[in-house]
Amino acid sequence: MPAVSKGDGMRGLAVFISDIRNCKSKEAEVKRINKELANIRSKFKGDKALDGYSKKKYVCKLLFIFLLGHDIDFGHMEAVNLLSSNKYTEKQIGYLFISVLVNSTSELIRLINNGVKNDLTSRNPTFMCLALHCIANVGSREMGEAFAADIPRILVAGDSMDSVKQSAALCLLRLYKASPDLVPMGEWTARVVHLLNDQHMGVVTAAVSLITCLCKKNPDDFKTCVSLAVSRLSRIVSSASTDLQDYTYYFVPAPWLSVKLLRLLQCYAPPEDAAVKGRLVECLETVLNKAQEPPKSKKVQHSNAKNAVLFETISLIIHYDSEPNLLVRACNQLGQFLQHRETNLRYLALESMCTLASSEFSHEAVKTHIDTVINALKTERDVSVRQRAADLLYAMCDRSNAKQIVSEMLRYLETADYAIREEIVLKVAILAEKYAVDYSWYVDTILNLIRIAGDYVSEEVWYRVLQIVTNRDDVQGYAAKTVFEALQAPACHENMVKVGGYILGEFGNLIAGDPRSSPPVQFSLLHSKFHLCSVATRALLLSTYIKFINLFPETKATIQAVLRAGSQLRNADVELQQRAVEYLTLSSIASTDVLATVLEEMPPFPERESSILAKLKRKKGPGAAGTLDDGRREPGPGGDVNGGMEPAPSSGSTPSPSADLLGLRAAPAPTATPAPTGAGSLLVDVFSDSPTGGPPSLGPTPEEAFLSELEPPAPESPMALSADQAPAADTAAEDPGVPIPEADELLNKFVCKNNGVLFENALLQIGVKSEFRQNLGRMYLFYGNKTSVQFQNFCPTVSHPGDLQTQLVVQTKRVPGQVDGGAQVQQVLNIECLRDFLTPPLLTVRFRYGGAAQALTLKLPVTINKFFQPTEMAAQDFFQRWKQLSLPQQEAQKIFQANHPMDSEVTKAKLLGFGSALLDNVDPNPENYVGAGIVQTKALQVGCLLRLEPNAQAQMYRLTLRTSKESVSRHLCELLAEQF
Amino acid sequence: MFRKYASLYFCCAIEDQDNELITLEIIQRYVELLDKYFGSVCELDIIFNFEKAYFILDEFLLGGEVQETSKKNVLKKLKSLEET
Repeated sequence: MPAVSKGDGMRGLAVFISDIRNCKSKEAEVKRINKELANIRSKFKGDKALDGYSKKKYVCKLLFIFLLGHDIDFGHMEAVNLLSSNKYTEKQIGYLFISVLVNSTSELIRLINNGVKNDLTSRNPTFMCLALHCIANVGSREMGEAFAADIPRILVAGDSMDSVKQSAALCLLRLYKASPDLVPMGEWTARVVHLLNDQHMGVVTAAVSLITCLCKKNPDDFKTCVSLAVSRLSRIVSSASTDLQDYTYYFVPAPWLSVKLLRLLQCYAPPEDAAVKGRLVECLETVLNKAQEPPKSKKVQHSNAKNAVLFETISLIIHYDSEPNLLVRACNQLGQFLQHRETNLRYLALESMCTLASSEFSHEAVKTHIDTVINALKTERDVSVRQRAADLLYAMCDRSNAKQIVSEMLRYLETADYAIREEIVLKVAILAEKYAVDYSWYVDTILNLIRIAGDYVSEEVWYRVLQIVTNRDDVQGYAAKTVFEALQAPACHENMVKVGGYILGEFGNLIAGDPRSSPPVQFSLLHSKFHLCSVATRALLLSTYIKFINLFPETKATIQAVLRAGSQLRNADVELQQRAVEYLTLSSIASTDVLATVLEEMPPFPERESSILAKLKRKKGPGAAGTLDDGRREPGPGGDVNGGMEPAPSSGSTPSPSADLLGLRAAPAPTATPAPTGAGSLLVDVFSDSPTGGPPSLGPTPEEAFLSELEPPAPESPMALSADQAPAADTAAEDPGVPIPEADELLNKFVCKNNGVLFENALLQIGVKSEFRQNLGRMYLFYGNKTSVQFQNFCPTVSHPGDLQTQLVVQTKRVPGQVDGGAQVQQVLNIECLRDFLTPPLLTVRFRYGGAAQALTLKLPVTINKFFQPTEMAAQDFFQRWKQLSLPQQEAQKIFQANHPMDSEVTKAKLLGFGSALLDNVDPNPENYVGAGIVQTKALQVGCLLRLEPNAQAQMYRLTLRTSKESVSRHLCELLAEQF
Repeated sequence: MFRKYASLYFCCAIEDQDNELITLEIIQRYVELLDKYFGSVCELDIIFNFEKAYFILDEFLLGGEVQETSKKNVLKKLKSLEET
């Protein structure tokens, strides 16, 4: 028996433990325990008061039983009683039981806190330490509430013993971590920092942990600790191995304290004070120098402790990332470790080097170790080390070594552990894209990935290769050729079929000239894989087939036969069935032009963050992929993979408001007419009513280009629109009818908005979506059949009453004559405003419902303000123009009652929806709204200024419009006045 | 992190950012403390004096942080407590 158990040993406990150990079976053990529990219970319940020793012994037995894995539901009170014992060993067992067994919700907590409180205030350092240990071990919020305020005082009190200070510091740290709100900051914090200077190394060791935690939360309040920490560290690092006596561990001076101090410094940027910084750099250099010295001991404890400090030093150097010399030295040191016989060191070196690789100062130095790292990837026996090697290769990759690294990773992938294959696949895919100089290499790499580890190639990866091939026309032919070759392998992965199917469907024509890959050969190659593939892949292949019909008309008969087969048309899978039916019908009834339009090559994908990178980040948590995208590296080609592929902005894009004013209609065109100079002439131009004020030539202006773009591409195709430009021809036969009584009210709802439900009754719903640009507009009308019965002879027409024919052109597409129950049909309207107009076009919808003819006439929500272009201008310009429009007929004014609550945000939204710009700081009264804009028509522009003055008291508005044209002023005023 | 001594494993849960090598030496130092306290510690010492193993740990580590690394100081304190 060990010597120590003689004096205070509890014989009964030792006997009990021996008994348990001698039990031959689990049942015997349980029996022995139950016997003991019964015994203890009877002792605790017995009439005879137990002495402290017995209580201690029984509580200790209970603790042992608990540690064996049994529940203990009594004895707590006895343990709490032990807290008030004067015998240290009894108290100690009481505290141990509470620390191990009592949870914070216990109802005993008040009693326990009482006992703790007594000991904390006892001024007996031994008892105080026990109490502090208990608080630190339990660390509950209740304990925090009870003691968080007392502990700082104990920590900084001048008369506290060193050991009490140590426990108090770590106890406070525990409470602060658990509930920072409970620890009051105050005068003590400044004194805590000075514990770094304490003579007692143990006190410093404990205090540094607390200070580090406080610094992380309030770096500014604890800044002074930096210089103290540096000087403390300096004294340790430069001390001889015997100076620190018992704080030297296997010839390493105070390794734990050194590590903690280096940690603390990592909360801050490099010291600004040159002297402090110099001293610190000296420390770091000393540590690096010592690493080169021969070991003072062969023991692993020596090298572990020494290297623990070294790695923490390197972490600090990396954290500062400002000393190129130190960074390179750190890198060289880690390079030595890469070949160390200790696996732990190789692992840690690979890990640290990953962070060094992302520093611009050490990136090149890290790269020199590429061969060693590649070797580690091939030969390390521990998978976790190989994984670190793969991480490091990923981190050190740049354009200069990408091909080598990618090919090594691909080679590794063939034998890689299953657990890390997907991650390697993602990394290879990212590197190949990021550092691709020629994209044929990229395509080869991804296809290799699929070949080697097809099961681990996620959707993100093969989607991405399709995006890149679609967006880069220089690689499309190569991609088609390569996938074609890859598909010839007798057993190729399904992901290869997906990629191959998609690429051939888009770009198979690029290799169709070669008889070895003629269209029928391509098709039969793909179709030979079809039956072995999953539903999703087969669905993709069906789309490829219909694309083939468009690309290669000669395959039409073969493919139609495939689509027509019972196995497709009646496939149990609804997606496959639907595709087969639709594609067959499409290929049968659509003309080649329609087919060509529908099955056109996919447009370029918009560029966004690579979904693969996002996936890797998700997989590894932040920071894993971060080394690649922290912006330090030269911008790789990843950025410009699709850089030039963005769809060109529409030629009708809106010029900026100022360009509007200066360049008028020609503004967006490169051949802008010289802008008139001087405010005066500008105004004349803007507001001119005369035909000469418009653009001198009505040639192919950008607006017309826009319009032609709006026009359907193939007028001769069966689905083409009826050129409705002479509406009389189409609608003269039938009177448009009288608008329904609510027509005006419905129209009013759309003056300030473009989208919504225009009309609804029990049978029909009509929705509107529209957009307007300069003098052009496009409107989508959605006719929904709300019944379950088909509408027949469904015919919506647009008519232009009165003068409107000369003012507005509305082209409509025909819609199908039948609308099934519950179905919706869409109609597209192209609109061009020729001149200013007053009345909106009419929309007449006729159809037969259950034998009865229905007719409905509405006002189409096209009002003159839709062609409003907002104009920003300064107050001075506004007033100048306002004055220039001072003829009485140029102004229209209305004073009217508010029909809606006078909410300024709503009002602003309405004015903006109306189309005018809202000008701030123009009207001296901030309650008023001032706006400006130009009505754009083909023949002329009309400049408009408006002012809305609310009077909240009277619930009235005054609206004033000034434009260069009388009718426009009046009409806009009427339209707008209805909105408030 | 773990370290094996004869048939006993000593394990220590640490966070991602913690220093691995110094943690290994924390385990080593704890075993050294046990060894010094019991005098050539063995498994039975820890089983029969499990409460002592706790008390020694409390002097060395508190709230997950190293409190006192000096073997002498820890043992001195344990000794003085037992004489209380």
